[in-house]
Amino acid sequence: MADRVASDLLRPVFQTTGRFYVLIAVLSGIVLCGLGAWGYQIYYGFGVTGYNWPVYWAFHETNFVFWIGISHAGTLISAILRLVNATWRRPVTRCAEVITAFALMIGAMFPLIHLGRPWLAFFLIPYPSERGIWPNYRSPLVWDFFAINTYLLSSVLFLALPMIPDFALIRDRATGWRRKIYKALSLGWQGTPRQWHRLESAMHIMALVILPIAVSVHTIVSFDFSMAVVPMWHSTIFGPYFVAGAIFSGIAALIVVMALLRKALHLESYLLPLHFQNLGKLLLLMSLLWGYFVFSERLTTWYGNSPHEMSVFWSTQTGAYSPLFWTMVLCNFVIPFPLLAIRRLRSITTAVVASCCVVTGMWLERFLIIVPSLARKSTSYSWGSYTPEWPEIVIMIASFATMALLYALVSKLVPIISIWELKTGEHPRLKAPASVPEAEAAGEIL
Amino acid sequence: MMGIYGLYETPQAAQRAFEGLRAAGVVASDITVMSSEPLEEWEFASHDRTTVMPWIAVMGAALGLTAAYLLTAITQRAWPINTGGMPIVSNWTNIIIMFELTMLGAVLATVLTLLMTARLPSKLSSMYDPAISNGRILIGVSRPQDAGLDRIERALKAADAEKLCRIP
Repeated sequence: MADRVASDLLRPVFQTTGRFYVLIAVLSGIVLCGLGAWGYQIYYGFGVTGYNWPVYWAFHETNFVFWIGISHAGTLISAILRLVNATWRRPVTRCAEVITAFALMIGAMFPLIHLGRPWLAFFLIPYPSERGIWPNYRSPLVWDFFAINTYLLSSVLFLALPMIPDFALIRDRATGWRRKIYKALSLGWQGTPRQWHRLESAMHIMALVILPIAVSVHTIVSFDFSMAVVPMWHSTIFGPYFVAGAIFSGIAALIVVMALLRKALHLESYLLPLHFQNLGKLLLLMSLLWGYFVFSERLTTWYGNSPHEMSVFWSTQTGAYSPLFWTMVLCNFVIPFPLLAIRRLRSITTAVVASCCVVTGMWLERFLIIVPSLARKSTSYSWGSYTPEWPEIVIMIASFATMALLYALVSKLVPIISIWELKTGEHPRLKAPASVPEAEAAGEIL
Repeated sequence: MMGIYGLYETPQAAQRAFEGLRAAGVVASDITVMSSEPLEEWEFASHDRTTVMPWIAVMGAALGLTAAYLLTAITQRAWPINTGGMPIVSNWTNIIIMFELTMLGAVLATVLTLLMTARLPSKLSSMYDPAISNGRILIGVSRPQDAGLDRIERALKAADAEKLCRIP
């Protein structure tokens, strides 16, 4: 059994098909287009984009918030499931943690992309300089710097530590240059009881520490907006609203990625309908929570009836941005709710359809938080509008291609399902149920 | 002799080998165990479980908190900006930096403790056998005394060792 698990999950690492190279070539091409668009934007300046007074935050900021939100798929969910000792989590955690690491890297690129002169980004790093200036700790953007980097470093370590035993597995099976690389990566892992115990203790402590970090990261991202006295931004609900939205979009992204991996790497025996069902139920819960937050936020604004806020409010309900708003509601609530709530409709396909809708809806939500408020600030003489130009659109598409490219490459380098954790789960005492009815009987269904 | 070990297919057989070695007079801390998965519910893999890692994580967090406080408070005084009559050291906003660096301190301390206490990185021991990666469990004794070697070998064999190996 152990041999079968290892050979199934190591197959993608040792065997490369022609389709993989085609995929890498296509994705690399799109990423290069994105880099070209960024270069064009740097060379000709922001005049080539749709950014214009008064809307100076738009697509790039939408992508920044969106990707940081997606990053909540992995480490946060993995940490929660690890702490509650949900045995069904074992095949899911690494898929999720990889999303976190890459989504954070991609998200953190967007503030740099937004800088007209990205080579000056180091101004944000606190170090004594001859300029005699210092980052202003009162600025939410500096909070972002600390929060995102802490989360990124913690998530990468949280992802990398459980990979060490799997690197050792590959080391023992590989030959030539591959063996040398994995020998270095496995750090001389031997699998002594001391090593196993220390690794599990470290993972437990890190899971406890990472939970508040993850919550803080998206709260701080929300502070980028809520600390400003801009209509419909200056809200006390933004912290939890953003965190809930981040987990919502993160779970949706995880379901989509798991379905793609299941198909592409033939992981049908490992990523079971049970996993999609449990994650689908979490997605349903988050959909309800998201609906609750949107309703609370909108009702409070409407009841307050402040002219500045109502102007933004009506522009999203019935005005220029209303098609986007109602598409968002459709994608985040109207479509996923029945697909995930009605037992007869639950399947991997419906979970993926609902998740694709949620990912789209959450991107729209980020856009609708940022742009309408800036387009209709307090005084009507400063009103404006925003329409993206091709550089922003190409860069956004390239960010999705970057995620797919990095994910495809990492699935070639490490088993995308943690082999040792899966084998641990096969102990009779810890075995995860294989089917939905079996899981229900064992109380493993959420 | 550097060591002697047996490879076992199941945890039950490994447990029998462990018990056999104990009966042969080998103390638990001298028995080498290696496996490709944690088997902490078995006696043979359940020793060496005392760790101060949580306390070191707390110390790392305290160190991170202190570093963050010093970073924010000292530099805000060293590079004062015009705050329009508001305090130069703004603790409400500094709390966010302090929180992040506290957590970072805990994470880094945990990882460093893991690496040090699990002795990583290190060279592979001469006792290591790549068959461990195929699910086999290694039970052995490193540097056994010549006088007890036969008893150790008999104990390892008696537990249905799939492979028995002496390392000269």
